[in-house]
Amino acid sequence: MIFEDEPVPGYPLPILPGHTSPGRFERVLRAGQFAVTSELAPPDSADPEEVFARARIFDGFVDAINATDGSGANCHMSSLAVCALLTRIGYAPVMQISCRDKNRIAIQGDILGGAAMGVCNLLCLTGDGVQAGDHPQALPVFDLDSMSLLETARTLRDEHHFLSGRKISHAPRVLLGAAENPFAQPVEWRATRLAKKVAAGAQFIQTQFCYDMPMLKAFMNQVENLGLLDKVFILVGVGPLKSAKAAEWIRTHVPGVHIPDAVIARLKGAADQALEGRKVCTELVQEIRTLRGVHGVHLMAYRQEESVAEIIDRSGVLAGRVPWHPSRDAQPNSDRKVS
Amino acid sequence: MYSVRQWSVRHARGLNAFYRAFESALVAMHPLFRTIGYGRLERPVAAVERGVKGFLFDCRMCGQCILSSTGMACPMNCPKNLRNGPCGGVRADGNCEVRPQMRCVWREAVAGSARIPGGSEALREVQAAVDRRLQGRSSWLRVAREQGEPRS
Repeated sequence: MIFEDEPVPGYPLPILPGHTSPGRFERVLRAGQFAVTSELAPPDSADPEEVFARARIFDGFVDAINATDGSGANCHMSSLAVCALLTRIGYAPVMQISCRDKNRIAIQGDILGGAAMGVCNLLCLTGDGVQAGDHPQALPVFDLDSMSLLETARTLRDEHHFLSGRKISHAPRVLLGAAENPFAQPVEWRATRLAKKVAAGAQFIQTQFCYDMPMLKAFMNQVENLGLLDKVFILVGVGPLKSAKAAEWIRTHVPGVHIPDAVIARLKGAADQALEGRKVCTELVQEIRTLRGVHGVHLMAYRQEESVAEIIDRSGVLAGRVPWHPSRDAQPNSDRKVS
Repeated sequence: MYSVRQWSVRHARGLNAFYRAFESALVAMHPLFRTIGYGRLERPVAAVERGVKGFLFDCRMCGQCILSSTGMACPMNCPKNLRNGPCGGVRADGNCEVRPQMRCVWREAVAGSARIPGGSEALREVQAAVDRRLQGRSSWLRVAREQGEPRS
């Protein structure tokens, strides 16, 4: 869809009635479109061009790009900086904030700073433990948890003051998000935890990788029973598996990723395992599209980012819609009147 | 001690009932505490609290105890200090992402809460961020003082 007031890179859009942010991502969600988000792995580099190159891969296929915050407890360029670079040229980043590395003073400062630089979406995370990454000797901070982080961001936005009570003159206009893992223990309590996050301020949810539709459906049923379907936008996490071996490694080494044996067996039996992995992912996206209460997919394709376009294209979930990207409207034959 | 901690979660119902009675006694003793002086009581009471709760719950003395809301499983034993539910990294066997030998504190909390009347509802309350200044201070005295003071 194309909005009448498409963004001039670097300029904020007006906030529509009933919206909390001026962001395009919120507009797409509230317009009832099936949204697609992906994840940009911040470079181990101080070169902005590396960030732009990593974002360009998704052009035309995603509505927002998550900038991870030291994901897996590994050191990379900060999510705040990646977001600041992306907003400069008009992208809609989702700024991830993890509680692992910063205390409440630093986090509140980053929320204001991010919003000042055009960040319209925050994803509030607990963060992986330091033992998972390349600096296991680091101090794990965890001053806040994902829930109190959500409340903190909401306080800044809606009550216009810091946790200390000190006033801020201009509130950060952001859409608040959180993560959920429907596939981790205690499974029976996961929907309740989601309810808690919604109560703490979450407006959208991006889930952990889904490879198990029956589990996802059971979770969505619970979410519906708790009356949450119209209170939060849920984007289900998906991602292509490169091979059976990679899948086996991920499920034993990456915290919280559940991959059923059947998926691994299917990959093993394929002649081209990477192709099969993308097929599995495409089919999951198509099936997820049909679930009630699901508003999109969050496609995480670490080190195979170029497959995002193919998977989304083949799945057909955008139904011809071309999400905004910096060169979209400069292309010849683009029709700005299409809506 | 880990086995005692697990025993406490299994006996969450009894321990919670005991604590309720104990809390009423604490609040009733507020005038006495005030006469002696809360400042003077802080060290000895905190030492007793540390001993008792340390033995039963592996208490970390955060100074703002929420054991009754977490099924008698101390959330500060979570390596991420999570007070609002488990993280997304819990292993398939239900053990902790950071310490694979330990059951996730929040699996214990969900189980313990089910044993306490109203426990499951208490578990759903959003807990505010921890006040780190209270680390090492007595939660008992704080409860006595806050609930004993007439509301203004």
